[in-house]
Amino acid sequence: MSVLLQHPGYAEERLRSVTERLPCREAQACTMLALMGEPEQYSYPSIFIYGHRAAGKSYVTQTLLKELELPHIVVSCVECVSAGLLFEQVLMAFFGSSSSASLPRSPSFSDFVRLYRQLCTQLPANQTRYIVLDKAELLRDMDANFLPGFLRLQELVDDNVTVIFLSEIVWDKFRPNTGCFEPLLLHFPNYSKVELQEILAQDCHPSYSPELYSSYINILLGVFYSVCRDLRELRHLAALNFVKFCEPLENGEAKEKDTHKLWRNIEPHLKRAMQTVYLREVSSVQWEQQQTEERETADMRVLSAHDHVELPYYSKFLLIAAYLASYNPARTDRRFFLKHHGKIKKTNFLKKHEKTSNHLLGPKPFPLDRLLAIFYSVVDSRVAPTASVFSQISSLVTLQLLSQVSHDDQLDAPKYKCTVSLDFIRAISRTVGFDIVRYLYDFL
Amino acid sequence: MTTTSVSKGCFVFKPSAKVKKRKLDAEDYFTNGSEDCENSKERFRLCQDMLDKMKSETELVQDELNKMILDSLLEFIRKSATSFLSREDDWASHMRASEIPTAALVLGVNVNDHDMTFQSLSDRLQQSVTPFVVSVQAKECTVVRHLLQKVLQRLMGMSVSMNEDEEEGSTDVPQKRVHCSLRALCDWYKTVSKKPSGISPGKKRSSSEMEFPAHPPIILIFKDLEAFSPRVLQDLILICSQYTQELPLLFIFGIATSPSTIQRMLPHSVTSLLCIKLFQSSSCTQHLATVIDKLVLTSQFLFKPSGKVLQVLVGLFLYHDFSVCNFIKGFKLSMLEHFHSQPLSVLCCKKEDALARAERLSHQEVERVRQLPSFMRYVEEQEPQEQVELLTNDEHVKEVCQKLLKSLRKYHKNYFPILRCLHELTASLPKYPLGKQIRELHVTCLERKVWETEEYETALQLLRLLAKDELVSVLHKCIEILNPGKTKKIREALRQLQDFTAKFQQLDACTDSSAVEMHTEGGEGDTASGHSLQKKTDLFHLQKTLLQMKESCRTKKRSPFELLRNQAVEYIDGLVRMHLTPPESQPLYEVCYYTSSGTLRRHLNATPRTSIQTALSHPYYYLQNEALRSEAGAISSAAPDICIAYKLHLECGRLINLYDWLEAYTTVVSAAKSDSPDPSEKGKVDEVRHARFIRAVSELEFLGFVKSTKQKTDHVARLTWGGC
Repeated sequence: MSVLLQHPGYAEERLRSVTERLPCREAQACTMLALMGEPEQYSYPSIFIYGHRAAGKSYVTQTLLKELELPHIVVSCVECVSAGLLFEQVLMAFFGSSSSASLPRSPSFSDFVRLYRQLCTQLPANQTRYIVLDKAELLRDMDANFLPGFLRLQELVDDNVTVIFLSEIVWDKFRPNTGCFEPLLLHFPNYSKVELQEILAQDCHPSYSPELYSSYINILLGVFYSVCRDLRELRHLAALNFVKFCEPLENGEAKEKDTHKLWRNIEPHLKRAMQTVYLREVSSVQWEQQQTEERETADMRVLSAHDHVELPYYSKFLLIAAYLASYNPARTDRRFFLKHHGKIKKTNFLKKHEKTSNHLLGPKPFPLDRLLAIFYSVVDSRVAPTASVFSQISSLVTLQLLSQVSHDDQLDAPKYKCTVSLDFIRAISRTVGFDIVRYLYDFL
Repeated sequence: MTTTSVSKGCFVFKPSAKVKKRKLDAEDYFTNGSEDCENSKERFRLCQDMLDKMKSETELVQDELNKMILDSLLEFIRKSATSFLSREDDWASHMRASEIPTAALVLGVNVNDHDMTFQSLSDRLQQSVTPFVVSVQAKECTVVRHLLQKVLQRLMGMSVSMNEDEEEGSTDVPQKRVHCSLRALCDWYKTVSKKPSGISPGKKRSSSEMEFPAHPPIILIFKDLEAFSPRVLQDLILICSQYTQELPLLFIFGIATSPSTIQRMLPHSVTSLLCIKLFQSSSCTQHLATVIDKLVLTSQFLFKPSGKVLQVLVGLFLYHDFSVCNFIKGFKLSMLEHFHSQPLSVLCCKKEDALARAERLSHQEVERVRQLPSFMRYVEEQEPQEQVELLTNDEHVKEVCQKLLKSLRKYHKNYFPILRCLHELTASLPKYPLGKQIRELHVTCLERKVWETEEYETALQLLRLLAKDELVSVLHKCIEILNPGKTKKIREALRQLQDFTAKFQQLDACTDSSAVEMHTEGGEGDTASGHSLQKKTDLFHLQKTLLQMKESCRTKKRSPFELLRNQAVEYIDGLVRMHLTPPESQPLYEVCYYTSSGTLRRHLNATPRTSIQTALSHPYYYLQNEALRSEAGAISSAAPDICIAYKLHLECGRLINLYDWLEAYTTVVSAAKSDSPDPSEKGKVDEVRHARFIRAVSELEFLGFVKSTKQKTDHVARLTWGGC
């Protein structure tokens, strides 16, 4: 399966170690090597690599560049909160730490190009320099000339430099409408099940045999492959459950050969872990503690289990009022909250103009007046309009149970939305003995 | 003041520097406006003493409450810090090398109180785990750049201030603040952790002997997670995760609502970078209970809120904010008010001081004592001769005062242990007839004679039905409560209760032997009645027999246990009647009790709209101008324009015709002149009045009473209804 990478210009043993470190990505590595050519040769100006998360994009690129000792810099675009940071990192990597000192305070792309050219004449590249831009999709949010500029950086600075873009998004979503230099596209496909097995089997526990770990991975993939193909998540799961898997071995109840017994032991645990896959509800540390403490029925202190929020009495009613205001059409307020709401024909009233339920459409914004009007009619005692009632509204906003729709500056008639779920509001209204369903238009 | 300037404009005149006012301090404000300066100074001192004492007490309570959760949090942080160091050799920790240890601290919705918790948390962290603790708030960091800037500034700035002696080493890093990146932080961390002398705390904290480990973790505290923008957090976590190999970073999330917020804010790709552990703090109601226990339900603090005041404070807590800090603030305010408004509060101090002070009462103060309602009631109860003495002889009043003060103290010393006992007895009863919380019981006892309430009756009836083991265990608890009591009455009660429990145990011993025969007897009876029931099947006879059986039950001799139980309950009832009398019955209770709940409510629970309406409808209330004093309903022309316009608009419907309004307004205003000499002027409106009217209307619009409408021209819509 593993074909040794071969390319003139690089030492044999270097290539061998690269091959060893890049399982299941030989084809991609090979293409990249071919694109890069020999170290001294000019390479293609820009390469765009895309593929799903955990498909080995950054890993392959970084390993290649690092192992082959090529001059390179890996910049994560998340980290570059300002453009200057990006330029600084690139310049410092290629021309030494003092090179970025002459960058102006908030540099533009042309500043960067000018400085690069200046420095480049003093220190011309004898090998291709690589700039790797990780999470390149964030480049689109920066200045408009960044992406086109980096795409043809080689031409702009007149140096042997190649820019590699890494992203999870396809190139079509990048292409600026003014047109640009088209990079070479390289796709990293997802790992197949066999490949996942091979990769996961590599990080085996030092105190157990590789075969055991491999069989463990086999079981794990059998359970999880249908729902989760993310290598990182699978690795996390593997690490979480391995201790449990090894328990019979530790206790001496089974030997490494008794695969069936081991499987029977681990299966219920994996089933349980399946319910919380991707959620990371319990941290890895806590999971291990639970496994070791061996409490099958003990309540898992998962994050979502604590979805109960204690609120002051009036805050609860404010929240209920906000929920009603968000999900009931304003014209129905008369019917729900007025004792003598006149003659509204029930059939006429109940005819739903909106075919879809309001709960499917999501919360609607409502003005403060309406919130207070509903609040005063649902709360069972007479409440003075005190300052603290108003301050509770704003504290509900900071708790993100309400959200302010209008702009902060609008003091006059601010608008809000209620962001809590039906289950949440039902739990809240149960604690104050308020039957919210009777007041919801959708459930009439 | 004049200027030499020719043009119109605004000119600033600085006050001449000659008259420099002495800045008023708290004491001046306190004594301001009271006739008896010495007295109020004394009260101020007392008040401050008590405030200080209370402050230290609440801090102690706070510390104790947080101790548990903070300790476990510290443990978690220490563990994560050490696992960072030993990462290489452990398989499991190697597998999750890129995860950032995160503590999710669920603190409840009372955001006001969190500051204190975080303060003590970061203090303790800095003392024992690491000097690198940064707390950030959401409002400081709207974009990721600001957040990074804040973090770096606080971390590096602190280290600079810490080792001032070696300035050339690390000061240049924050000075060259070109870019705030984690790379810079990494470099800084390497330089700092290399030389251990750099990290050890400087001169200021040399008292703490704690030595930090070689690589102290960097702890980031997000005080209010909900308020952060998700984007910022995600970016920060993504950035930080790339440096986990070099920086031992640790997050603490302060969560107000529920832990699922984390999942709502952060996508899976981000949460998978965190290793979250959950910490739940104690609920704020529990916290409040402890604070009340320490501040109110104790004879240590002489100042006492009355039932109404306590209800206002607790109501604010339960209905509005859940904030223990605000409760304590309110409590302090009521104390300040008490010392400020009640001249006799000079006697509200330690026993010896109070007695000595009573000795030195001035004539005026003695008069005040005589005017106290509780003292008057006391006088009325005395013999006629004694009454005359009390009303004429100052010296005698002083003596009596001392006696009464002593008995007041004794009352408190007995009151609280018995209150606790009663609560202990009734707290486990079904449906909680006397309230779940001790504060409810306390309020009931303060308000009226508790033994006259229906709830008390039902509670006692339920007590008479308690099973033996329950009763005995509750009695044991009561004994524990009474144990530290020193007064004679309490010792006596303690002895009695111990007696009762001993008797119950004796009963146990002797019934064990007789239980067998009792049981067989009962069994026979049961079967006999069962037989008789089966024989007679018609309804009338059945009813009759049932009645008979009931009768026999009632007349049946009670078992010794039942007798003893009744005795015990009787005794407890007696205790309650003796000690849990409402404080109003105690002479001189005004010295210690603050009763003005209305003032407190006005201060703590402001009603802006009511104030505005009061100001508009009764301008005299605020302006205190005699000309404005008018009977209700009438509209005085001397009132400010806006008040007139407001009163006129109250008489209108939903839509107000502006012209009619103007007419009415001019009529009212011109009524002051009392004469309308020129009939030709009648239809016209004076320009000045017109302008005044328009200003008044626009002011009303600004206050939100009217707004312009498009339904009808020349009309405005009225927005408020009802009110005062």
